[in-house]
Amino acid sequence: MGLQRKDLLSLEELTAEEMLLILDTAQSFKEVVQRPIKKVPALRGKTVVNLFFENSTRTRTSFELAAKRLSADVVNFTASTSSLAKGETLLDTVRNIEAMNVHTIIMRHAYSGSVRLVAQNIKASVVNAGDGTHEHPTQGLLDMFTIRECKGSLAGLTVTLVGDIIHSRVARSNIHGLIKLGAKVRIVGPATLVPRSFARLGVEVHTNLEEAIKDADVINILRIQLERQDGKFFPSSREYATMYGVNARRLKLAKPDVLIMHPGPMNRGIEISPRVADGPNSVILDQVTNGVAVRMAVLYLLSGGENADENVN
Amino acid sequence: METNKKNQVMESETIRRAMTRIAHEILERNKGMDDVVLIGIMKRGDILAQRLADQIQKIEGKQPPVGALDITFYRDDTGQRGVSAGNNRPTHLPFNVDGKKVVLVDDVLFTGRSIRAAMDELIDYGRPQLIQLAVLVDRGHRELPIHADFVGKNIPTSPKQKVEVLLQERDGEEAVWIR
Repeated sequence: MGLQRKDLLSLEELTAEEMLLILDTAQSFKEVVQRPIKKVPALRGKTVVNLFFENSTRTRTSFELAAKRLSADVVNFTASTSSLAKGETLLDTVRNIEAMNVHTIIMRHAYSGSVRLVAQNIKASVVNAGDGTHEHPTQGLLDMFTIRECKGSLAGLTVTLVGDIIHSRVARSNIHGLIKLGAKVRIVGPATLVPRSFARLGVEVHTNLEEAIKDADVINILRIQLERQDGKFFPSSREYATMYGVNARRLKLAKPDVLIMHPGPMNRGIEISPRVADGPNSVILDQVTNGVAVRMAVLYLLSGGENADENVN
Repeated sequence: METNKKNQVMESETIRRAMTRIAHEILERNKGMDDVVLIGIMKRGDILAQRLADQIQKIEGKQPPVGALDITFYRDDTGQRGVSAGNNRPTHLPFNVDGKKVVLVDDVLFTGRSIRAAMDELIDYGRPQLIQLAVLVDRGHRELPIHADFVGKNIPTSPKQKVEVLLQERDGEEAVWIR
């Protein structure tokens, strides 16, 4: 069984079975990246383009390593050096790249929906590496992979997402994915960043951090994204830290084996205290490690043709 | 013709005898079990490798190390037959393959492409002293210069037929069918 789709644009449109297929495949790739030779020939001869219209180090590097460990050729394309600066439209840019016979385009863009627009207009596979405030599906998947690895299963767990929910594509991907795999999701933060309307996605909406992390199995702390905020959402970083910063004292309210997650980059001392970030409950660096395996699984599963015949010897 | 009909070509007793004979042959060929490791190709070769190890234990009083290979990511036909992930557990080799006498174990030998993939993967782990191949069924129609050192049963087939191996541990029954 492969993934019967050309693109990975959101977790909202994936079924629970598709997500579990990706997570199970990622488990195999996690073993691959622990080998002495961390490379398999699965995508030999295929070309993957990293098309990032927004700055990124971690995600771009993670995708690049994932593609290289599958033996694909990787081209990196950054917006500042592109023809977009000369006035070319987005679709013209991607059609030109596609005309060079690439198989997969990994795209990040500041506008929500831009990745889908591109996917609908080209034949190559497109992987959403973050579109505006919409979704960041591979981050959602690697968060779920990390939780499942530590806890065995996602069903019945209470996961609290803390912080800048409204601007967070990571939050939206987490919410869609976690709910489909049976977890209970709470969101918490200042009312300006955590709209009540999220309740219709099936989450509990909180404004009191201590209530929201009580007995939580997982706390996923989101970055305060000052660059996406076009106004004042809270009075000061210091006040935010006082009200919504996750620190060692507050951590005691959660379950003793609570997992602390953060998609990075962290604002230490604002949304997360250094003691929590570096403490025994933190799996923040495991998330980064798992990200490569999850992205290998996504690239591999999207590259398959028709369904596999089980009976080939 | 009876090409669509199912024919049973082995049952549990013939499978058991074939595996016992292969265990003896492995010991004879390698003059004992020094440096011998058994590596099964998922998802049935790993079961057969474990059975051979148990059999060798009965004969020699000591079990050789057993590993399992998931060759999915080494196949040369990803584009043609689609991906087939999610079926297998990850590769598990709880020993260093450098200098070992590796006996690869698979259920059916057909085109030889799975064996090619398995050897490529194995060589990414290290440099075995030698690699031998043990299969329960050799059905012919090789597309690569590969042959088995130990064969449970040679079964002539047409390329369009399917050979189905069912093992107790995985399938709840024990049989080899041709259809």
